Amino acid sequence: MKVKVISRSTDEFTRERSQDLQRVFRNFDPNLRTQEKAVEYVRALSAAKLDKIFARPFIGAMDGHIDAVSCMAKNPNHLKGVFSGSMDGDIRLWDLATRRTVCQFPGHQGAVRGLTVSTDGRVLVSCGTDSTVRLWNVPIPSLMASDDSSDNEAKPLAVYVWKNAFWAVDHQWDGDLFATAGAQVDIWNHNRSQPVNSFEWGKDTTISVRFNQGEPNILATSASDRSITIYDLRLSSPARKIIMRTKTNSIAWNPMEPMNFTAANEDCNCYSYDARKLDEARCVHKDHVSAVMDIDYSPTGREFVTGSYDRTVRIFQYNGGHSREIYHTKRMQRVFCVKFSCDASYVISGSDDTNLRLWKAKASEQLGVLLPRERKKHEYLEAVKNRYKHLPEVKRIVRHRHLPKAIYKAASLRRIMTEAERKRDERRRAHSAPGSMPKEALRKRRIIKEVEGGKGRGVWVGEMGKASALSARTEGEASGCCSGFNTSKREGKGCDCGLAGGGQGERLRQRWGWRD
Amino acid sequence: MGVKEANVDRINVIAAAELVKGVSEEEEMKVQKYLRGEAADLGALQDKKLKGQLAVREELYGKSAQAAAKAEKWLMPSEGGYLEVEGIEKTWRIRQEAIAGEVDILSSRKQFDIVLPELGPYTLDLSLSGRYMVAAGRKGHLALVDMKNMDLIKEFQVRETVRDVVFLHNQKLFAAAQKKYVYMYSDNGTELHCLKDLIDVCKNVELIKNGDFQNPEEHGAAARLQFLNKHFLLTSINKLGQLHFQDITTGEMVGNFRTGLGRSDAMEVNPFNNVTAVGHSGGTVSMWKPTSAAPLVKMLCHQGPVTALAFHSNGHLMATAGMERKIKLWDLRKFEVLQTLPGHAKTMNFSQKGLLATATGSYVQILGDFSGSQEYTRYMGHSMAKGYQIRKLLFRPYEDVLAIGHSMGWSSILIPGSGEPNFDTWVANPFETRKQRNEKEVRSLLDKLPPETIMLDPTKIGSVRPTRKKEQPTKQEREAEKEAAVEGAKSTSIKKKTKGRSKSSKVAKKKQEAVAKAKKPFLEQQAKDAEMSQKKRKRNEVENQLPKSLQRFARKVPTT
Repeated sequence: MKVKVISRSTDEFTRERSQDLQRVFRNFDPNLRTQEKAVEYVRALSAAKLDKIFARPFIGAMDGHIDAVSCMAKNPNHLKGVFSGSMDGDIRLWDLATRRTVCQFPGHQGAVRGLTVSTDGRVLVSCGTDSTVRLWNVPIPSLMASDDSSDNEAKPLAVYVWKNAFWAVDHQWDGDLFATAGAQVDIWNHNRSQPVNSFEWGKDTTISVRFNQGEPNILATSASDRSITIYDLRLSSPARKIIMRTKTNSIAWNPMEPMNFTAANEDCNCYSYDARKLDEARCVHKDHVSAVMDIDYSPTGREFVTGSYDRTVRIFQYNGGHSREIYHTKRMQRVFCVKFSCDASYVISGSDDTNLRLWKAKASEQLGVLLPRERKKHEYLEAVKNRYKHLPEVKRIVRHRHLPKAIYKAASLRRIMTEAERKRDERRRAHSAPGSMPKEALRKRRIIKEVEGGKGRGVWVGEMGKASALSARTEGEASGCCSGFNTSKREGKGCDCGLAGGGQGERLRQRWGWRD
Repeated sequence: MGVKEANVDRINVIAAAELVKGVSEEEEMKVQKYLRGEAADLGALQDKKLKGQLAVREELYGKSAQAAAKAEKWLMPSEGGYLEVEGIEKTWRIRQEAIAGEVDILSSRKQFDIVLPELGPYTLDLSLSGRYMVAAGRKGHLALVDMKNMDLIKEFQVRETVRDVVFLHNQKLFAAAQKKYVYMYSDNGTELHCLKDLIDVCKNVELIKNGDFQNPEEHGAAARLQFLNKHFLLTSINKLGQLHFQDITTGEMVGNFRTGLGRSDAMEVNPFNNVTAVGHSGGTVSMWKPTSAAPLVKMLCHQGPVTALAFHSNGHLMATAGMERKIKLWDLRKFEVLQTLPGHAKTMNFSQKGLLATATGSYVQILGDFSGSQEYTRYMGHSMAKGYQIRKLLFRPYEDVLAIGHSMGWSSILIPGSGEPNFDTWVANPFETRKQRNEKEVRSLLDKLPPETIMLDPTKIGSVRPTRKKEQPTKQEREAEKEAAVEGAKSTSIKKKTKGRSKSSKVAKKKQEAVAKAKKPFLEQQAKDAEMSQKKRKRNEVENQLPKSLQRFARKVPTT
């Protein structure tokens, strides 16, 4: 006979000294923990409720400008520094940590309409309605930290006067070119008082310009003739443009998927496009109830922030049709500019009420350094919430947002209007010959037409684009020359071989899938 | 010579391969255990995005199951007990004295008899970790014992009948069903609550005196108590067959139901889904949740009264014992009898590893499922001194020990292989410190489940109810509808009009028209259906002409 029974000596299962940690034993047998799903569900529900309780996104307002904030720029080399320009010609550098002005840049006579910082973070470029472009030296961050007097004023490095008022400026991601938008698109060099290149396509004013982060020679602009145009600096003429039903106020390229960009439109929606396939939007982001004024992508490329004329800031998923979050306060007026901070955890908005406002990107996120146990706990709660997000109770709590009355009413009015339009179309379709009124998706409906390359230089082919871009990516990686579109904005370094000529043209053709 | 060596080598290799195969099969079994059911069927999904997400999640589940299986293999500190016999020895002939001689001193101390002849018979309850025991003598003796250190924490006498006793969420609190009310005590013997509601005394004084009045909002003279530790519900059944569920955190009476099936002497909670099962004198077993006044399940298990009930920890197996000398094992997934054994049982209990202990009179029998096909055969037996009447059997969790409450006190015997050898610190910890206990109390209160989560299949929580297809009316129904419409059209009275407009021919024509009008929508529908089915048939024909690999292209309109 052989017998063994369970026998545990206390010494083996308890700590030796009182300073030791308590010993922990695990047994993952499902029979020991019954009703797991019910427990998880209850946890998910309370996590959703806790999220609502801790949702305090507003951190603080930055007061100082004496007129509406018209534009902002973030310093890619310094996390805390943000530049803002206002309608009275004032430019300020803010320290986000202390929420104070660090430095002022006086000089502009009229409104400042565009601000941008060079990739190395040394030079600030501003432009405005006084037809000047000004280059400024950005003060060194260490000085910024020690010196907190707000009357610290800087002198411009250079002032370039030009023929027309400017509406926007953006700096190339890898190089020392920058582009201004106004009566035409001008490409400038830091050292020259006149633009090195100018593009014009139509007579209307260009109102926004944005360089692509992955491919430094590509830029997208929008103009007041309701068009979105894509330019390539290596070609002498614009590459491609689409005309929409309403004006696009701002454009932002997705930093992680450099072929995609999102346009903030006057018709309350944002439209995500694939630059190779402009005949339809990839996604329409609806929720605002008034014109969207500005848009900025998170450095992660997974979400973007928009500011609108309806006095709210919203955060959208890059592929989500509706916003994830809405921010508003009683005092915030029309939002003219928004920026995602470079660590993707804050959002800055500048509005008509002369203030910059600092928000958390995740409303209920715990700030500060987290202990590993705390972090694990947050991760666990996030996971269970995600698992049970479709259950009605959890969904209701997670979805609910308090809206200002005006916005709530405007949204419901818009809903009624779109519904009425849909019904009317349906009835018309029912009473007309079959096939005479085809259904058109919203992604296509808002585009009037697509115009191909300026003077017949390059033709963009949407259908071919995708496949050949994919093949070019693998080829580029193999050759080690262009790290291609799958890289992030800075690490990718774009394609330096771009200016080399013939060989480069071939590569370009392969990458962007265009055909002579 | 060389050939021979090579042969031996090959045999070794084969043996090793078989060993590896066996090991991998065993591991596969373990992984299956941790996977908790089957994976989602991704092939049937149309939505590519969802498919991708689910595939990622399934992969994650597989990985975590594998990690858990590995942890079980390498990181578990203890191994389970066993009893192996050689030759013609039989396990059920091995006596407790023989076992005592073979095991270590620490374990042999777990065999004992406490003789308390005055205040018995005793009923018992064990805390979740198996470390603490509360014993209640019928005549009012309550004792709280630490079974690990074998010391008596507190004993006191309440000087009235105590019918049952149960631990609440930890050993600091327990409830006792006494003569008239249920009382709650702390571990130092302080009476914390008497669970009676405020009765309108003036009105019911006479009834109370006569003992006829039973306020539905109180437990009353409870016969059996149970505690649902995840829901913090104290459950009681009284002699009138009323079932009460009381939330002990808020004091709210969540449910009180008349079972209406007669006296009941057996009540158990299914640990898998926390459904309360009650065995009645009519031979039925009913299962209850606190949120419905009708039982979830009512099954006729025995010809006579049900004397005892027990649930396996996996929730699929129930044992019932009846007065008619039968013990039945039920599969709770199909509600079918798996096995019928002869014998009385006054009390029964399943161990964590699935051994079943039954007791009648002074004899305890342990049954075990060793074939793997849910055939319970005898494993061990133990007879107490003559004349002892066993009242309660309980396996100690995480120990190879069976605690017995009887008319002369309480005893404890060793049953090798009954307990789960490895405890989980976060589930039930026999070595819990005061701080850990306090922490756990707070955690469990935060995770307190609402009573609605008690249901027969708790894995349903969080799943989506499939949408029901809209039912088409049958042919007969459509015919009947048409008939009714025609009848209605016929029976409408036509106004009498002058100037020859009510001539019989005109009237007949009008009626005909009305009938045709009533019939029209039905005929149209019929024609439409016929057309649809014809189209379908045609398409099928086209498809069937094509070879199988090309059939999927048949539906698409060819592009020009």
